[in-house]
Amino acid sequence: MPVARTHAIALVGVEGHEVEIEADIQNGLPGLLLIGLPDTALREARDRIRAAIVNSHEQWPQRRITVGLSPASLPKRGSGFDLGIAVAILSAADAIPAAALEGVAFLGELGLDGQIRPVRGVLPAMAAAAASGFRRVAVPHANAAEAALVPGLRVLSANSLRGLLGWLRGEAVGEEADPVQITEGGTEPSLTPLRTGRSTGCRLDLADVLGQPTARRAAEICAAGGHHLSMLGPPGAGKTMLAERIPTVLPGLDRTAALEVTSIHSVAGVLPDGSPLLTEPPFCAPHHTATKAAIVGGGSGMIHPGAASLAHRGCLFLDEAPEFGRDVLDALRQPLESGEVVVARLGTIARFPARFTLVLAANPCPCAKGSGGRAACECSPAERRRYLARLSGPLLDRVDVKVEFLPVSRSELLSDRKFAEPSAKVADRVAAARQRAADRLRDTPWQLNGEIPGSELRGRFRPAPGAFTPLERAIDLGQISARGLHRVLRVAWTLADLAEVSRPTADHTSYALGLWLGVSG
Amino acid sequence: MADKDDLGRLGEQLAAEYLQQAGMRILDRNWRCAEGELDIVAAERRVLVACEVKTRSGLGFGSPLEAISRRKRARLRGLAISWIRAHGVLFDEVRIDVIGLVRDRAGHFTIDHVRGVG
Repeated sequence: MPVARTHAIALVGVEGHEVEIEADIQNGLPGLLLIGLPDTALREARDRIRAAIVNSHEQWPQRRITVGLSPASLPKRGSGFDLGIAVAILSAADAIPAAALEGVAFLGELGLDGQIRPVRGVLPAMAAAAASGFRRVAVPHANAAEAALVPGLRVLSANSLRGLLGWLRGEAVGEEADPVQITEGGTEPSLTPLRTGRSTGCRLDLADVLGQPTARRAAEICAAGGHHLSMLGPPGAGKTMLAERIPTVLPGLDRTAALEVTSIHSVAGVLPDGSPLLTEPPFCAPHHTATKAAIVGGGSGMIHPGAASLAHRGCLFLDEAPEFGRDVLDALRQPLESGEVVVARLGTIARFPARFTLVLAANPCPCAKGSGGRAACECSPAERRRYLARLSGPLLDRVDVKVEFLPVSRSELLSDRKFAEPSAKVADRVAAARQRAADRLRDTPWQLNGEIPGSELRGRFRPAPGAFTPLERAIDLGQISARGLHRVLRVAWTLADLAEVSRPTADHTSYALGLWLGVSG
Repeated sequence: MADKDDLGRLGEQLAAEYLQQAGMRILDRNWRCAEGELDIVAAERRVLVACEVKTRSGLGFGSPLEAISRRKRARLRGLAISWIRAHGVLFDEVRIDVIGLVRDRAGHFTIDHVRGVG
């Protein structure tokens, strides 16, 4: 009997790899042998596939079946191979013409009744399929819209194995209760990032944060340049409120970024129903009890992206930052530097992009009563120092903008109402500043001021003459590190972009230095 | 005698006839020893064939071939050795075959012969 071949995609992190499924039927007692590093969920495929084939009114071959997944060295996880294996077995039994399987990648989990169930990570898998030269893919119906985001793919989607087999055999459509639907990839309407507000219903606006003009300005600067922000202040001053409103001043994602963000959310299995492509910058606010694996990604079998990756191209907000485990916070240092998370496991290395804007919020001390010179604080000086020392120096060294929130008086609340600008207005300025930066960085791999490496800040992107003077003094006094200097220069560039001048001057660098040291205001 | 035993006996008869037509010499039928029973012992040139016959009246409980587990195959091999020892004959090779028979509603039998299973 012949050997039949189909193809599927294995995911490692958000990278897809082509997998060839071979099915061989030999004379021998009935049985199914699955080889090629399957994990538990995949080994269970034997029983799922058999039930699905029999319940789709197909003949289960009463012979010894060997199914091999190659490359054998690549660990294969999950249930997405079910469909490819079932089709390969039926093709080996001459139930499907082999020609119909040419150039098709299969992805989908089978139910015992022969239903094709949705799987995670369809978008990155399909992107890998297109890159490997596949022109047609068969996916669960529920994943069709996601698969169709990849241009150049013809997406065949079905709800049941029976429907798909009918199509592969070229049977007349019409009698089938569940015909295959065909969607051409990359034909979805062009992306128009709409400011539709969050799906939560009530629309957030930066103007709600009354009495904190410095903090609002800091949020604008961070949004414009992709800089990291830390906020220190008493409870109720508006730290969380401000953080939640940062996404409202960020521009929508462009196509490349939207596909990256959607891929990560797809692998994590958190894509909302009915919206295959995420076009809004994500906002991720993990609770302070989160573990290291939850923040940077991990897991022993299937490697999952963490909150840092789910916030890629968006905002990662750590409320009550000193309450987070120290190792959790320090694990963020690598993605803050390199913009990606590398999770290494025996035999596999998964890479997840993690280029986020970090926003930290902290109370000044555990009792949180003594901010702004108020005497009500019950904490001893040692206690206060210990509390804030939980945010390690190396982490704070990577935070570009530090602002202190002061308790707001009633008159300030009332008077600020006249000056607080709505998100839409700030978003326009942020977009204009980002555009200036993007124009300047056109021939480079970077898009935002926050991404420019230090060497370039001293070479190609030098500030105006004399702009270094305030910084030289700070270095002499030991106030900033060499890395801090680069961070200050990046923020200075963003300030220049917001002010629409061509190069940062001494005004911009000294203001940026103030933000870095956390003494502005 | 129960129906299923009659069906089994009929199946074994049909299987023996089938093997004879396929050119094998039937040496023994339903040979018993302490460890169990061999349905058919046959010879194909210098090869001893120990054959297990399984007959079913439908596929409601799966195909008859599926009922042959790994343990049963190992036992059949042991029985084949016992048969050789008991009869003092020499063969080049010992092979275990399984024959599955399914009777359909019309009373016709489908025969499925799998060679060399263990």
